[in-house]
Amino acid sequence: MQSKETILKVNHLKINFNTYAGTVKAIRDVSFDLKKGETLAIVGESGSGKTVTTRSIMGLLANNAVVEGGTIQFHDKDVLKMSQKQLEGLRGAKIAQIFQDPMTSLDPTMRIGRQIAEPLMIHKGVKKDKAMAQALEMMKLVGITDAENRINDYPHQFSGGMRQRIVIAIALINYPEILIADEPTTALDVTIQAQILNLMRELQDKISTSIIFITHDLGVVAGMADRVAVMYAGKIVEYGTVDEIFYNPKHPYTWGLLSSMPTLDTDSGELASIPGTPPDLLDPPKGDAFAARNPYALKIDTEQEPPFFKVSDTHYAATWLLHPDAPKVTPPDQIIQRQAKFAAMQKEAKQQHKIEEEEEQQ
Amino acid sequence: MAKYLVKRIFYLLLTLFIVITVTFFLMKLLPGTPLQNQQKLSPSQQHLILKQYGLTKPVWQQYLIYVGGVFQGNFGTSFQFSDQPVSYLISSRIGPSLLLGVQAMIIGVIPGILVGALGAIKKNTWVDTTTTIVSILGISIPSFVLAVLLQYFVGLKLQWFPIADWGGFSYTVLPTIALAASPFADTARFTRTEMVDVLNSDYIELARAKGLSKWGVIYHHALRNSLIPVVTIMGPLAVNIMTGSMVIENIFSIPGIGEQFVKSILTNDYPTIMAVTIVYSVMLMVVLLITDIVYGIIDPRIRISGKSN
Repeated sequence: MQSKETILKVNHLKINFNTYAGTVKAIRDVSFDLKKGETLAIVGESGSGKTVTTRSIMGLLANNAVVEGGTIQFHDKDVLKMSQKQLEGLRGAKIAQIFQDPMTSLDPTMRIGRQIAEPLMIHKGVKKDKAMAQALEMMKLVGITDAENRINDYPHQFSGGMRQRIVIAIALINYPEILIADEPTTALDVTIQAQILNLMRELQDKISTSIIFITHDLGVVAGMADRVAVMYAGKIVEYGTVDEIFYNPKHPYTWGLLSSMPTLDTDSGELASIPGTPPDLLDPPKGDAFAARNPYALKIDTEQEPPFFKVSDTHYAATWLLHPDAPKVTPPDQIIQRQAKFAAMQKEAKQQHKIEEEEEQQ
Repeated sequence: MAKYLVKRIFYLLLTLFIVITVTFFLMKLLPGTPLQNQQKLSPSQQHLILKQYGLTKPVWQQYLIYVGGVFQGNFGTSFQFSDQPVSYLISSRIGPSLLLGVQAMIIGVIPGILVGALGAIKKNTWVDTTTTIVSILGISIPSFVLAVLLQYFVGLKLQWFPIADWGGFSYTVLPTIALAASPFADTARFTRTEMVDVLNSDYIELARAKGLSKWGVIYHHALRNSLIPVVTIMGPLAVNIMTGSMVIENIFSIPGIGEQFVKSILTNDYPTIMAVTIVYSVMLMVVLLITDIVYGIIDPRIRISGKSN
């Protein structure tokens, strides 16, 4: 994975919103990168800045948003410095997006074939007939049954799951390099969710696009992502591969998120939750923003923001608990179980590796 | 679609029948008689004249006779204009009224939509504020006040257009503007509200994410969706123009049916009152029918089904 080319690099992004109540510091120094063909999940609760981050990549920030600093490097260009015209050339062509609610994200008065073909006509100057033919192909690819007869239907004639497939078709028609999926299954019921996620995985293989997958549902992340970034209060607090985040989390917030997710191993009884509410970003707290809700908070958490501590080459977490001088704490039981599983997995992997090496030597 | 139309036209006729009935009896409750110089006539003379017009019969008989006539296309003869058939009276006067109405509708609605859309696109800028102020003025100034102001300033002071009377196109300008002000303001205000909503919707976000330019988004996605609700106010606007025309035609002395209507009410000219009421009702109902059909054409969700699904 490391060898793969990085296509998107977000560096120290800071975004504020000017509101009547004051300046909301929505994104407070966010950095991450996206490699070709991988899926990066950005996880966090509502208001943590996931959506704002992706909107800034699309150049679709609201009028009252101010980029305070940072860069968004797409290949060798900074998206934040692009003109409106350049951004229009990027959107729907190189970077596409799937939205949360398929019931409202299609134009109710335009035939769906035309809606799918539109990005082709805008970006590649494809003539209408040819664009419609490609739209039909794309409809088949995303699994819309009876596509030939339905290409001239209107959105209200489709179910929610089918509409999300149409939205995906619109996003993929130009074979974008990056697909931003902003909670694409939140508005769908669970069985349809699974279908849409499967479809996205399949299509990612077929058209080799990178996906930024925004969600608050960790259960969805496990099957989708290669890497995970956990966001809290406008910052990334921990990132790593999906196994590292799920089985060896280091940040107390990630612990909280994972503990509050029911699994097959969850004993019956009360489901854990993270007490309190996220901080007010009009006036972010000094130190670690999570400190107030963190049962493991140290004194320094309220005074100084924790830097990223390295756990492995791919795994970093911003918590003072990882400082060499920090007291040892015992994470919640669930997390200990997860870590044990992870250790076992690694051991197994090592043994497998050894066996393979031995076999090779022979 | 054909079935739908037939059904609608049936309802239209039914409504018309109810309108005729209610108006007829209400009209009979008006005080006074059609006689202009009652004082000079002896009671027997009065009785003779009224009898000649069938006005001495019981009201229910008069009603049956009238309705019977209407079904045969006979709308009676006018009392005030030396026994002219009412149908002739109306057909010779409907031209100016229709012309004014259509002109007012066009120069009210189309600029209204443009100004409203502009206000929404430039929301919270001076453009928005200006268009809002203009439309509030348009709504709050009564058409007859505007008519008099136009006559005084544009007609009398500037002498750009004739103050009153009826001749060529130039005679239509001031009354059309006076009539169009309120539909213009209504349309502008309504379009702005709708467009602001539409511009905040998810599918506009998606259209932008497709890489459409700002104006591309507006032209291809926002405008049509904003206009759907605007079409629904066309009916009320048409009513607005029709009722406005009664006053405006009088102020500008235009020989239209609005002016005729007012005169015939003042003189208890029963057949003319009835006929003009019928004409107004039919026009209004036709406008509403057209509105519904257009609504179906631009909004696929409520298209009259039968072909798809």
